[in-house]
Amino acid sequence: MDITWYIVLSAFIFAIGVAGVLSRRNPLVILLCLELMLNAGNLALIGFSRMWGNGDGQVFALIVMVVAACEVTIGLGLIVALYRRRIPIDVDEVAELRG
Amino acid sequence: MSATTAAWLVLALPLAGTIVISVFWKLLPGRTAGWIGTGAIFGSFVFALLALADLQDHAEEERQLTSNLFDYVNTAGVKAGMGILVDPLSVMVILVVTGVSALIHLYSVAYMDSDEGYRRYFAYLNFFVFSMLLLVLGGNLVVLIIGWAFVGFASYALISFWYRRRTATKAGMKAFVINVVGDVGLVLAAFLLFRDSGALDYEGVFRGAQDVYTINDGTLIAACCLLLVGAFAKSAQIPLHTWLADAMEGPTPVSALIHAATMVTAGVYLIARTHPLFELAPAAADIGAIIGLLTLIMAGTIALVVTDLKRIIAYSTISQIGYMVVGVSTFAHVAGLFHLMTHAFFKALLFMGAGSVISAMGVGGDASIDKMGGFRKAMPFTFITFTIGALALAAFPLTSGFFSKDAILAFDWERGGGYRVITVLGFLAALITALYAFRMVFRVFFGEPVPAARELEEGHVHHEPPHNPGTGEPEDTDVGYPGPDHAIAERAWPMKAAMSVLAFLSLIGGIALVPGVTKTLEEFLHPSFEDSKFAEMVPSAGTEWTFGAVGAVVSLAGIAMAYMIWMRRPGLSARLVERFPRVHAFLANKWYWDELYDYGVVRPMSAFGNFGRGVIETRFVQDTIIGGAVGIVRVGTSFARSVQSGYLRAYALLLLMGMFGLALYFLIVSS
Repeated sequence: MDITWYIVLSAFIFAIGVAGVLSRRNPLVILLCLELMLNAGNLALIGFSRMWGNGDGQVFALIVMVVAACEVTIGLGLIVALYRRRIPIDVDEVAELRG
Repeated sequence: MSATTAAWLVLALPLAGTIVISVFWKLLPGRTAGWIGTGAIFGSFVFALLALADLQDHAEEERQLTSNLFDYVNTAGVKAGMGILVDPLSVMVILVVTGVSALIHLYSVAYMDSDEGYRRYFAYLNFFVFSMLLLVLGGNLVVLIIGWAFVGFASYALISFWYRRRTATKAGMKAFVINVVGDVGLVLAAFLLFRDSGALDYEGVFRGAQDVYTINDGTLIAACCLLLVGAFAKSAQIPLHTWLADAMEGPTPVSALIHAATMVTAGVYLIARTHPLFELAPAAADIGAIIGLLTLIMAGTIALVVTDLKRIIAYSTISQIGYMVVGVSTFAHVAGLFHLMTHAFFKALLFMGAGSVISAMGVGGDASIDKMGGFRKAMPFTFITFTIGALALAAFPLTSGFFSKDAILAFDWERGGGYRVITVLGFLAALITALYAFRMVFRVFFGEPVPAARELEEGHVHHEPPHNPGTGEPEDTDVGYPGPDHAIAERAWPMKAAMSVLAFLSLIGGIALVPGVTKTLEEFLHPSFEDSKFAEMVPSAGTEWTFGAVGAVVSLAGIAMAYMIWMRRPGLSARLVERFPRVHAFLANKWYWDELYDYGVVRPMSAFGNFGRGVIETRFVQDTIIGGAVGIVRVGTSFARSVQSGYLRAYALLLLMGMFGLALYFLIVSS
């Protein structure tokens, strides 16, 4: 199959993720959308790996998965901390770093 | 035991007492802390006696023993050790200090009994004795300065002992600040002496000074004047005397110990200790003598009109130290130190008596003699001992004060020339002394008994709600106050014992130096002063007794005048006040020294401080420098700050836009 299909699919998923991250205010959904973006990247990496016929891209994809797992752990930890402090689960409410 | 070992133990015991009381204070019930403190000082006194015994075993030329515990500094030509010097002078002073301190500790055991700060009091008091002994025994200028500063701190802590009393804390600060002026003088003197002699220990300094300086060398006069600044601040001489009267805010035994018997004589000790320098700089010594003489007369006149019992004794102390300063500054070392010793006895005794009377006036009872009177029957023991103290103070014939005061005045007559003025004015001051001494006795113990005295005659002590006698404010008794039990000498044996011993010593203390009969003190101190040019200048017994007769007449005349004024013709003093209101106001305001300092130093400094705070700090530092820097940064970063909205999604958008921007750029570049 032509590489184009993979790239197009990957681009679509990535765009959905971006739209979610930019438009949603619930940090859980933002995390989900981030996952989408990462996995879109993974898909592209594996597609290219297949095109070139070697395993480098797959190694990258595995590393991205590990990073994604870590990121989710921290992200969920943050959400639990927010919840415990009775701060609304809404990224626009957590804007104390305003300069 | 060698003399130096004994001297180290003299130092160690009060320090150990301080540490034990301050570390284990929670475990010390009742009077335990008092007994520990008293025991430590008594032990110290015993070791001082051992040091004396051992010193007397040495040949006369070998009575300058030094001992070094460890080196403080030993680098770049500076060598100073934690060392002591044991010679007749220091041994005599430590005997007086430990002896009188032991008795005053004993008195305090009962006097401070119901005070909330009992243990704190004894920790401070032991610390004071340790510092004073360090000052006296110190073998070089460094240790001297350390002791000097410690003593100043101990004095501060004890004056402000009742720290909820605002007047007490203010008095403590005043004493500390003025003492620091003296410390600075002493330190600068040490710098000068070290620069030129290259040594810090006494012997090295004296030897170096002899080699470097000619007679009345300018630098040496400056150094000696700086030493005098130190001595005057500690010994409350003009112009640094104003703290001593306010120091009476402390507990009465503290006044007896620090502000009468020991600490305030440190200046006299310093001048006597550094006498080789003063002999090389007679001009500086003359300055000391003149100021001593002025102080002597000034403080005496103030003591005639002040009405607070403790302050009368305080001004009397300033005046008597004037005698000592005159003595040691005119090189009548033995006589000056003799007066130091006898004064310690009778002045401590007078303060103890005053403490007893003030307690009888009720808690925080008024110390004003206007409100006292007729205590003779109610307090027979206090009356007798106080009168003995007053007799010795007034130099009544054959009491201790009689011999010591006349020894100084006779010596100055013997020196001749301008020094004879000192003798004449000294006798005038002696007349004033007798007057105010018996003013106290007649006003407090004679006359119509006041209600407090009547109550005491019936067997119970007058009680008043605690209030500050100075301002009338109600007193906060949580942190210590001499109540509610009243400690009067009649009812507490430790107070009675201490006062009896001191009364005995005040009466017979003169036997150490009876002209023509005994020379004990002179022979004992001789090794310390044998290098003095005036060591051999001793007035003949005939001269001394002639002046003794004059002194006796003056003393009796003073007492008789006091009797006339306050007993035979009550109202005469009031008429005198009416007749000379200006003089009275001048004396009652203590020659306006406090006002002079207030307008001359305190107010300009505080105005300067306010200017610094209001203009320099607020306007210049805060508004201009800090505010300006902040303003510049704020303006310069306004764009960067506006980007930092704090909204996560805005950041994400910026990130993506950046990424797309980069991607676009590379696409354009590559195509």
